[in-house]
Amino acid sequence: MSVAVPQILNKALEPFLIIVGSLTVSMVLFGIFVASAGADPFEVYQTMYRAAFGTSFSWQNTLVRAAPLMLTALCTALPGYLGLIIIGGEGAVVMGGLFAAIVALTMPTAPPIVVLTTMALAGMVAGGVWLMIGGALRHYRAVNETISSLLLNYIAIALLNHLVTSTFRDPESLNHPSTHHIGEANMIGVIPGTDLHWGLVFGIVACVIAWFLMHHTVFGFASRIAGGNVRAAQVAGLPVGRLILTICCVAGAAGGLAGMLEVAAIHGRANDTLNANYGYAGILVAFVARNNPLAIIPVAVLLGGIRASSGLLQRAHELPDATVLVMQGIIFLVILFSETLYGRFAKLQKQGAS
Amino acid sequence: MSESRKLTRRQVLQGTAAAGALGMLGNLEWIGQAWGAADKVKMGFIFVGPRDDYGYNQAHFEGKAAVAKLDWVKAFDEEKVPETIEVQKTMESMVKLDGAQVLFPTSFGYFDPHIIKVAPQFPNIQFLHCGGLYQEGKHPKNVGSYFGFIDESQYIAGIVAGGMSKSGKLGFVAAKPIPQVLRNINNYTLGARSIRPNCTTNVIFTGDWSLPVREAEATNSLVDQGIDVITCHVDSPKVVITTAEKRGIYCTGYHCNQSKLAPKGYLTGAEWNWAKVYMDYAEMIRKGQTAPHLVRGGLKEGIVKVSDYNQVVTDAVRKQADAAKDKFMGGGMVVYKGPIKDNTGRVVIAAGKEHVQTDIWLESMDWLVEGVIGSTKS
Repeated sequence: MSVAVPQILNKALEPFLIIVGSLTVSMVLFGIFVASAGADPFEVYQTMYRAAFGTSFSWQNTLVRAAPLMLTALCTALPGYLGLIIIGGEGAVVMGGLFAAIVALTMPTAPPIVVLTTMALAGMVAGGVWLMIGGALRHYRAVNETISSLLLNYIAIALLNHLVTSTFRDPESLNHPSTHHIGEANMIGVIPGTDLHWGLVFGIVACVIAWFLMHHTVFGFASRIAGGNVRAAQVAGLPVGRLILTICCVAGAAGGLAGMLEVAAIHGRANDTLNANYGYAGILVAFVARNNPLAIIPVAVLLGGIRASSGLLQRAHELPDATVLVMQGIIFLVILFSETLYGRFAKLQKQGAS
Repeated sequence: MSESRKLTRRQVLQGTAAAGALGMLGNLEWIGQAWGAADKVKMGFIFVGPRDDYGYNQAHFEGKAAVAKLDWVKAFDEEKVPETIEVQKTMESMVKLDGAQVLFPTSFGYFDPHIIKVAPQFPNIQFLHCGGLYQEGKHPKNVGSYFGFIDESQYIAGIVAGGMSKSGKLGFVAAKPIPQVLRNINNYTLGARSIRPNCTTNVIFTGDWSLPVREAEATNSLVDQGIDVITCHVDSPKVVITTAEKRGIYCTGYHCNQSKLAPKGYLTGAEWNWAKVYMDYAEMIRKGQTAPHLVRGGLKEGIVKVSDYNQVVTDAVRKQADAAKDKFMGGGMVVYKGPIKDNTGRVVIAAGKEHVQTDIWLESMDWLVEGVIGSTKS
């Protein structure tokens, strides 16, 4: 049968089957866990399905949670092409949201479209510069990029808390220090006919662009070479340093855009709620999607669905919120273990083909 | 090869069957019916942190658990809901899927913009928020606020702390220098100094509501500086209380009763009494009344309370604390009565002037009273 399958399909089939298989195994393991916690696993899955995908409200609930994850997943996925493990998405979100709000406040009379465009640019620049710091430390000072990007998260949160309690504080935000409101006119609306804000569209478009960038341009090709073997890339004359900085900047820009959307679509101001752990959830998404920007979209929807189902699980089955974290953890580990299956499967297929 | 193929095919078949079955269930009209209890008062509670945090969220959860015991109430809750669009979805979900008649989103940050945005979509549902932010004319009609003057309990705890301290140095681990927190620090210090005028309170601001590691560091640092009674205002006092017990000093609690965590050193504590508030609301809704827009109160109204004193608290100290408590219960207590100086020496309340508990002026507090060692700028 595999003789008839074209090479390219075979290539796509392998990760697909392994990921679907891993998810199935995860569901069985989680079912056992739920059963040991005293709930009926079939009822739990039924509830989760209902809460995440069962009604149009559930779908919107899922998608609204998935939208920021698509963007923050890119923070980890793109540097992954270069072999870098960046976990600074949270910092990029916070910086993006903070600076988007600040620039919006400097232009009170501009028309909304100008304000929003400037906000998006400011958010992307802020997030981009933030992750670029991690990339620069890696390239110029050989500082481990995982550690530095993680620590940059804390610095970003501290900076946010400092600025919203001092220079940019709305004096009326007594017990919840925040910046001034950017103005109702400047808020991003919802996609017509739904209750979803435009963040979802931004997320999907960003993932598609990122995929095109990494798989269909010279830049993406060069990055993948450098990710495969830095020495070989240097010998071939590729500007590895510039690639690292650019990729980190693009990745950070995606996170910054997520932060800008939090401000422009939900809060209207920057405050400590920007730090809602989307950056960390994005790491999981990128990981499960194996850094492929196109795969990020369905994985983010899946994770959004799991998060969305937490509420009903708590209310209908009186399970703690940690239940869905256990599920996420199981999925994460099983996917990690399933990495060892790659190649073996392909070898089997090649034998079949010959 | 064949083996792994078979396995995959079987999994795929199982998966398809399961998905199909689930799909059919998804089409059923199940909203509200699942509970089979149309006549019960349905109350939804939303918490920002874990239900068992020995702090802010547990205090609310205990209130929820109290109303859930009534046989004419169906109460459900959701924990660890972030203050972003997710809480909007949780509120909608509780109304649409669980048929909630009244919602209690308990975290301060849930109000603006989340409750303000969701409430107008469900004019028949009451949204009651903990924090006292409701403003007539500005906010939707089906929104209300409730809050307690827990600083009254902190005043009593301060008396106990000041009376039991050997060194006269108290410690306070605080999250952020915002009015609510400053009011607790000031009341604690004023309480202690009311019976021991040279008492001081060392304050450390950690910067956020839930930073367990920094809270432990702050506690240790304060103990090293010579304080011997500590309290806090963070979301979960657990770390502060257990660290204090480990270091062998006294502590007073906050939010809910933490005596279990520190049986030796837990002198008393400032606690919420949400059970009373939620019971009252449940009763009103059962009778078909609209809840008032603003419910506030302190010790007298039973919205806050003081933990039972530890047996080590001496009779003399008990007497002083109880005397102040009686004054609060009688309604004759004014904490902010001039002359009061801040800790930079500036007179903030002139002699002869007083600010009663409900005075709006107190809600924009940005100073620390004389005797507090620390700065709101930190």
